[in-house]
Amino acid sequence: MNSVVCIKRVPETAEATLKIDPANRKLEVDNLVFGINEADNYALEQALLLEEEFGGEVIVVSVGPPETDEIIRMALAKGAGRAIRISPENLSELDPYSIAKLIAHELEDEEYDLIFTGCQASDDGFSQVGVALAELLGIQHLSMAVKMETEEESATVNRELEGGLMAQYKLNFPAVITIQTGLNEPRYASILGIKRAGSKEIRVVEPGSWNEKMVELNKLSFPPPGKMAEIFQGSPAETAEKVCEVLKTKGLL
Amino acid sequence: MDFNLTDDQKLLQKMVRDFAEKEMREKAVEIDESREFPFDTLKKMASLGLMGMVVPEEYHGVGMDFVSVAIAVEEISRVCASTGVIVAVQNTLAEYPIVAFGTEEQKKKYLPDMATGKKIGCICLTEPNAGSDVAGFETVAVDNGDHWVLNGAKRFITNGTASDVFITFAYTDREKRHKGMDVFIVDKDSPGLSVGKHENLMGIRATGNCEVIYDNCIVPKENLLGPKSEGFKTAMKILDVSRIDIGAQAVGIAQSALDEAVKYSRERVQFGVPICTFQMIQDMLAQMATKIEAARLLVRQSAFMKDAGIPRFSLQSSMGKYYASEIAVECARMSLQIHGGVGYTKDYPIERIYRDAKILEIYEGTTQVQKIVIARSLLK
Repeated sequence: MNSVVCIKRVPETAEATLKIDPANRKLEVDNLVFGINEADNYALEQALLLEEEFGGEVIVVSVGPPETDEIIRMALAKGAGRAIRISPENLSELDPYSIAKLIAHELEDEEYDLIFTGCQASDDGFSQVGVALAELLGIQHLSMAVKMETEEESATVNRELEGGLMAQYKLNFPAVITIQTGLNEPRYASILGIKRAGSKEIRVVEPGSWNEKMVELNKLSFPPPGKMAEIFQGSPAETAEKVCEVLKTKGLL
Repeated sequence: MDFNLTDDQKLLQKMVRDFAEKEMREKAVEIDESREFPFDTLKKMASLGLMGMVVPEEYHGVGMDFVSVAIAVEEISRVCASTGVIVAVQNTLAEYPIVAFGTEEQKKKYLPDMATGKKIGCICLTEPNAGSDVAGFETVAVDNGDHWVLNGAKRFITNGTASDVFITFAYTDREKRHKGMDVFIVDKDSPGLSVGKHENLMGIRATGNCEVIYDNCIVPKENLLGPKSEGFKTAMKILDVSRIDIGAQAVGIAQSALDEAVKYSRERVQFGVPICTFQMIQDMLAQMATKIEAARLLVRQSAFMKDAGIPRFSLQSSMGKYYASEIAVECARMSLQIHGGVGYTKDYPIERIYRDAKILEIYEGTTQVQKIVIARSLLK
């Protein structure tokens, strides 16, 4: 079973102090640490698990600058067979549709049963590349998978819905599945895997300037702060009572 | 001159950093309290190759260079100093002696299980009356025809309570002092071997540090390690290498002190502003960061020299161990000072880091012993 995994290098923003570069409508990234997008890490793990069970090959694809090789090499160290990095000149201007189109173009000559992506990128949050890719390739897709059982030519996939509902689908290959975090337990690369990664191929594709975008970023900003926290005054017993009151009204007690 | 890590070393650093952060951070607090040897964590590490870094692949290790080992030990120690030294001892004090001095039979017998973490190892040199005076120990080995008989007691043996393989130094001829010393590989189940008091240490508390007792301990003839009567030379060669990793452990501990200081000084507000805006706090942060970089360079340089086969690496590893240990203690002190009162409680990691750091100036050759080694090389 051959799988393609689309991965993205993103800045780790959860606990960082962020600044916006107003002129360029983007984050100042000089002081940020970059890594693989979290959901993509689960997507990669799913592909590696299938390769262990069914054999075949895992091919990693990423659209990004040369620095993307850091996360690509780690994916190769974990067990992916080879990689394709697509580096267009106008990378920062690309929208999800353009990225999906670039990937679709590169996959024309590849043989695959499944394409995995993370369900969402933590930097731009579009959740669209996987879905657009499936449309462009004319194959089935399911998004936000939380559980997956795979057979030779099909998979049963669970999607979690609001209100605690679980929806289960069956789909035949080839297909695109976008993966939620928590679906599996991503492995660490072993040292032997790291030693072997250096000899694996990273094919670099440079399509030049690419302009197929459908949406354009207008502005990046921090939303104005909401209502400030309320500070309760009084003795510990009184304030505890007030806190309990609030928790009760919010349905938490 | 190239200060860049290789692609492999960068990947290793990232992998170990992620692993330590996710798998060890909470555990570090627990095992400091309980003194429990972290078998679970070590098992996971073994599956990644971290328990067999200096062992060649043919003996089921992963055969990494010493710069890589230093990187791994630094990253582990940044999160858990106990686990950092456990891994350092396993790799460079238990496996490396067999890799460097073992016979083919010894390598085949011991290295595969050690490199894959099935067996834990330790080195037994220090005794109650022999600390800095390394050659002053009293344990003896007597040739009894088809086996050796060992008698004596070792102290402060890191990994001791958990060990299966005890690399043991003993005199075969005490009259000859340095020239009558030998090294033995002693199995846990050898008749007459026992583990004594489990030390209740101030820091690095989960390292299974204990006494090891040899009471007419029977050791097979073929378990003599290295050339006969050259135990002292062997010990010095082993310590030259292990100092690199203790230096790396020190850099990791110092870095953790700085990490905590930066984090806390940004959060803590006094006089209406975060305390990191005060110049006296900034002075301490800048000193810590600069000293850590200097120590890291010195330690990595000694590892680089070892990898490149430059004999002078042993002097460099003394300098690295001495300097990194001192600045680790200093960084822990400054970081705790930045924390103020809460730093003196168990609510923040810095009190553990402060306790963990102190051992660095004592074990693996005290600061004073390192200075003697360094000064002697100048006055030769």
